[in-house]
Amino acid sequence: MNALLTIIHRDLLLVMRRKSEVLTALFFFIVVTSLFPLGIGADAALLRKIAPGVIWVAALLSTLLGLQRMFAGDYADGALEQLALAPQSMVLLVTGKIIAHWIVCGLPLVLLAPLIGIQFDLDASSLYVLMGTLLLGTPVLSLLGSIGAALTLGVRGSSVLMSLLILPLYIPVLIFGAGAVYANSVGLDISGHFSLLGALLILALAFVPWVSSAAVKIAIE
Amino acid sequence: MLEARGLTCVRGEKQLFEGLNLRLSSGGCLHVRGENGVGKTSLLRLLTGLAKPDAGQVMWGSQNISKDPLGYHRDLLFLGHRDGLKEDLTALENLQMYAALDAVSLTQEKALAALWRFGLRGREHLPVNCLSAGQKRRVLMARMLTRQAALWILDEPFNALDVNAVHELKNLIAEQLQHGGLVVMTSHQEVSIPNMQVLDL
Repeated sequence: MNALLTIIHRDLLLVMRRKSEVLTALFFFIVVTSLFPLGIGADAALLRKIAPGVIWVAALLSTLLGLQRMFAGDYADGALEQLALAPQSMVLLVTGKIIAHWIVCGLPLVLLAPLIGIQFDLDASSLYVLMGTLLLGTPVLSLLGSIGAALTLGVRGSSVLMSLLILPLYIPVLIFGAGAVYANSVGLDISGHFSLLGALLILALAFVPWVSSAAVKIAIE
Repeated sequence: MLEARGLTCVRGEKQLFEGLNLRLSSGGCLHVRGENGVGKTSLLRLLTGLAKPDAGQVMWGSQNISKDPLGYHRDLLFLGHRDGLKEDLTALENLQMYAALDAVSLTQEKALAALWRFGLRGREHLPVNCLSAGQKRRVLMARMLTRQAALWILDEPFNALDVNAVHELKNLIAEQLQHGGLVVMTSHQEVSIPNMQVLDL
């Protein structure tokens, strides 16, 4: 448990020392989502309709931007080898890195969502649902993304390859995340969407750390 | 005791070595020599367990290292040619972070004393990317001192070190051997350490 906190603390400290990388992903999210209302104009009904999809797609893409950093830096300077040789379970260390990635790249999206939602003229209940889906969905994005980041370690052109590997896996999260907000706006029951997002999160939590740590071990061998 | 039985390593089409045996008991030092590309680093990585041998096994104590990797890693310090130091963290933070991950208790005083011993007084709060190559190796020497590992596996530890630092590293290795530790290293320099075996690949 101590090792988990150490690795989270370490990764957050590293991010604080190099803020620009994280801010790029966040600004990307803000800018992309702001371009739509500006481009489409003041058609409030249309904006409300496309808001969930636009915000969720922007969240997927900005998560991808930060994924590259998850293992690549540690791989390049040999720190990943040292982590693999530490007397700690690799699964725990990888889980710590995924949590740190979510705190940096996922949590801010959840907190920014209401601000972004206002630009699309979403009402309060839609904003709550949007935040709820992001809160459940972004950890799944970080978890699934870690598989891609680990598998493409040391590969040339890894960022494109990673996007191709990971984006298809993100589709269920996108469908249920954006679907919940839409269902809420037309007065349908949203508990099903939330249950499915929760199920995705639990499944990912149960399997992904093992898969990613195996991929990391293969990469450093 | 570290023992390798019948190690075979194949890289691509080329067989680097076959049926390699070695045995190193407490207080012993093994110097692996050979030309570039002959498989020194590959051998060290097999001994750490980072890579798996194509045949043969590595034993620590009386047990194969793959049986209890965490127990083996507790006793092992491996320093490869990539130093594993985080450039954005200070020398002190790097030491403390690795101590926490290695589950070694390290007070701030002890960490500072280790850095000062290797001539880093006044630089302990500088980010590592402000240090020279030799100074980074000195941070690693401080890590060797504070890690309390029984087995050190060092890949080219004398690289980038000045004359004084080479002397200090030799002393550090001699201390480790005196305390009953084991050292396996590669080096292109002539190293004179009492009680040293040489393995020519």
